Amino acid sequence: MEDQQRDDPRFIIAKHEALMGIALVIFNFLWWFGFAYGLGSKPVSEYSYILGLPSWFFYSCVVGLFVVIGLVFIMVKFFLKDVDFDGEHEG
Amino acid sequence: MKTAVVLTLIIFFVIIFIIGLYSGRMVNRSTSFVQEYFLGSRELGGFILAMTMAATYGSASSFLSGPGAAYQYGLAWVLLAMSQVATGYFVLLILGKKFAIMARKYKAVTLIDFLYARYQSKAVVVLASVSIIIFLFSAMLAQWIGGARLVESITGLSYTKALIIFAISVIMYVAIGGFRAVALTDAVQGTIMVIGTMILLVGALVAGGGMENIMGTLREENPNLLSPFGHDRNLSPMYISSFWILVGVGVVGLPQVAVRAMSYKNAKAMHRALLIGTIVVGVIMLGMHLIGVMARAIIPGIEVGDKVMPELAMTVLPHWLSGIVLTAPMAAIMSTVDSLLLLVASAVVKDLYLNFIKPDATEQTIKRWSITITAMIGVAVFLFALNPPNLIIWLNLFSFGGLEAVFIWPIVLGLYWKNGNKHGALASMVVGMVSYILFSTFYPNAFKMHTVVLPMMFSLFTYYIISKMTNKKLKESMK
Repeated sequence: MEDQQRDDPRFIIAKHEALMGIALVIFNFLWWFGFAYGLGSKPVSEYSYILGLPSWFFYSCVVGLFVVIGLVFIMVKFFLKDVDFDGEHEG
Repeated sequence: MKTAVVLTLIIFFVIIFIIGLYSGRMVNRSTSFVQEYFLGSRELGGFILAMTMAATYGSASSFLSGPGAAYQYGLAWVLLAMSQVATGYFVLLILGKKFAIMARKYKAVTLIDFLYARYQSKAVVVLASVSIIIFLFSAMLAQWIGGARLVESITGLSYTKALIIFAISVIMYVAIGGFRAVALTDAVQGTIMVIGTMILLVGALVAGGGMENIMGTLREENPNLLSPFGHDRNLSPMYISSFWILVGVGVVGLPQVAVRAMSYKNAKAMHRALLIGTIVVGVIMLGMHLIGVMARAIIPGIEVGDKVMPELAMTVLPHWLSGIVLTAPMAAIMSTVDSLLLLVASAVVKDLYLNFIKPDATEQTIKRWSITITAMIGVAVFLFALNPPNLIIWLNLFSFGGLEAVFIWPIVLGLYWKNGNKHGALASMVVGMVSYILFSTFYPNAFKMHTVVLPMMFSLFTYYIISKMTNKKLKESMK
């Protein structure tokens, strides 16, 4: 049964997509962490503001959310593949 | 002013009830009761799938205690809450197509069916069912109490009366309509959550005289509220980052979320749900927590965190609008409770009763049992909620992280690592749970990280080592 699983081309697709998920979450984390502590670690009196929000927060949380939504959109549109869940060996 | 709120609540309950009745008819028409009742016949489309995942995950904490914490800590808590955006795409991408295909191949209806088929071990089934029943029952009870308190505070009814209203409405639609009712009501509740968040955000912006003004007020009060370190600069980057494990990636191991990853119709539904889910979770988490921070400038001096959001809604919005906004936390609580109720019922009926007590039960018997057990569990939660026992309150503290530490590796590695076996799975479940309880009790937040991080690493390690060791033994004995 295990060997049969490995041959199924759908599982290669599934594995690729799971790896994309890991890549995306790592990118998401780095963006979030980088802007938050990169810009936010200086004293509050030296903060600059965008749309009323401290710039670290604006880039990390607000822009970060839009960037991630954009990436999910691109992934869904161009990289994820349509597979049949019921049949045995269709791609 | 209470009449407006009560009126919207009544309309909300009526809509939910109608959906329950409609789903009940689908249950009666369905050819396989178990598939329909516990998994909605795997027919969820993208929108409903995204909404039911987001709404099941987003609970009282996203609308009441979360904004309350943001009110106290400032923007740092919004930063922390944003780690949850990952749940919008991560669970579906990781479990993804493989889980959907394997679940169909195994004809699995519950998460435990999947584990049983994958590991061929009754011990895994018992351990998994028992952890689901104990921990989700306690989690449900905590949410249930929160729901009743909310009804109590916005309608002025007594706690007991509020609890009765809450209990009757949840038990009715879940017991009659099963998974389809839960998913459809989740879609309505999720929509209310998003709309409520946006209305309140705009209301707070207007009442506070714009974001610049609000941030200025906070800076004058305490500049640290604007920093990523919290109001007393005590939230370390390490601590905040570790929430990516608890509420970001670890959510893959939550049974109530994972089971949804086997309920969708086709790959297109999954793709659409990825996008909608990310947007919905993102808007709710950013919006509600930012609202919590803004509330500090608009209505200072609130002592009880859970009251921040309701107080703000009643202060800044016209009455009829605050009614709609206040159904949002109600919707968040209900959409979590209904999924938990059904999941506990499925563990009792499908995983324990059908596997061990009566494997040859007829369709009619299963049906009667499922509906009765679901209702009975609901009644049991109600009775406990009247006078919550300390043990259950204590258990609830472990339910979130504990379940993640128990389930994440048996599910994920069971899908992607063919050498994983039942010994590894069993050992990692036990180690995950026991180490989580021990760490929380004796050494919480070890190395300045949330308690969940270490137990999760231990259970990964255990799964790997035990699987490797027992596979080797197996090979040797075959020689």
